[in-house]
Amino acid sequence: MTRQQVLLLYLGHSALDAPVIAWSFWDGTGAAESMAGDTEEPPYASGLAAIRDGWRLFQVSPLLPHASGDEFRTGYLKYEFLFEKLIDVRDGQC
Amino acid sequence: MSVTVNAEGSRGDSMLLSTEQMAQFAARGFLRLDGVIPDDVNQAFLTQVGHAPEDEIDSVATHYRKVMRTSAVPRVPAGTPLAEAYASGTPLRSLVDLPQIRGAIESLVGPRSVFDHHFLHITFPPRFYLRQDQVPKAQHWHQDSTIDPRRAFDIQLMYFPHEVTPEMGGTRFLPGSHLRIVSEAAISRYQNIRGQQHVACPAGSLLIMHHGIWHGGGRNESERLRYMFKIRLAPTVRQERLWDTSDLPEPPHGQRAIFWTGGRDDDASIAAILTRPEPWFEADTMRLEYINRARFWRHLTGDATFDADYWLTRIENEPP
Repeated sequence: MTRQQVLLLYLGHSALDAPVIAWSFWDGTGAAESMAGDTEEPPYASGLAAIRDGWRLFQVSPLLPHASGDEFRTGYLKYEFLFEKLIDVRDGQC
Repeated sequence: MSVTVNAEGSRGDSMLLSTEQMAQFAARGFLRLDGVIPDDVNQAFLTQVGHAPEDEIDSVATHYRKVMRTSAVPRVPAGTPLAEAYASGTPLRSLVDLPQIRGAIESLVGPRSVFDHHFLHITFPPRFYLRQDQVPKAQHWHQDSTIDPRRAFDIQLMYFPHEVTPEMGGTRFLPGSHLRIVSEAAISRYQNIRGQQHVACPAGSLLIMHHGIWHGGGRNESERLRYMFKIRLAPTVRQERLWDTSDLPEPPHGQRAIFWTGGRDDDASIAAILTRPEPWFEADTMRLEYINRARFWRHLTGDATFDADYWLTRIENEPP
């Protein structure tokens, strides 16, 4: 039986080796709790460092054309990279 | 003390913000006034809102219900002039009447601002949740209200009536996020962002925020209740040159050297303040932030010729 751990890294530009500017982590095994504001330093320096530590990259935010008249509007963090690890869980223990 | 009110509705003893403070607000979206509210006002506020010793409180829900029902915090209709929102002699009236605070309010939203809403946020120690098998958690990141693309802006006063230690989970906020247009809790997916700040402050401190600042309450890991009182205020006049503009540089504005600066990029000019990055800025949208800050400064000054490091001039240059 496996459970998923999910790591969200927000990078400084669209390359995987860009520096991490924001991050989130959710643990499907239940072993760790996480919440907003709980750490001041990112778990990895870049997205590349995360995959070198065994995280599987499964989604990258697309690069969208800028709508005419709306080119300078900023909103959500732009470079979102989603990673996972599948953790073996036996007899309810991970 | 005898106080006069001028034709614009401003009282003579208001301590207006300086141009540098306004530029800092335009760039970062907040101003912090630590320990400016006298202790007698803080104590009166805590007594009147119904603070009780922690060991006399049964649960989060019952204490909140009691405070809501019995506290002296008035129910004020949205749209009430700030000048009429709080009765004379009350701690909240004393707070908004302090010359330093009134000056900041008048500098940002004008002398006749109106009340939107207020709310007493109480953050409870972990044991109040654990006894009900709940896990105490920090509040998610959010931007208050709803999608708000205006250039006009409201302010939110966050009042901390007692000392807030790091363990008490003071309000977390993200400097420089105020010009991002997002939809309230849609940003809750983010947990940590480089440059996030957590309020830890002496009693009687005030954080004044642009309505767009991303923020959230921290988890209180102390043994004491944490109180934060928030007041949202809206302008009734165009927010142009409302501060002490005696030191505001007037046009024509010279431009400083950019990129090839000879290592001199630490000056205190308005352009330097508006082009100072935050640790979380992305490589490309950082430049959009500078553009949006420069446009915001044009709005605040009414000076369409202002630019910071040529970001606007470059994209506006279309010779006939």
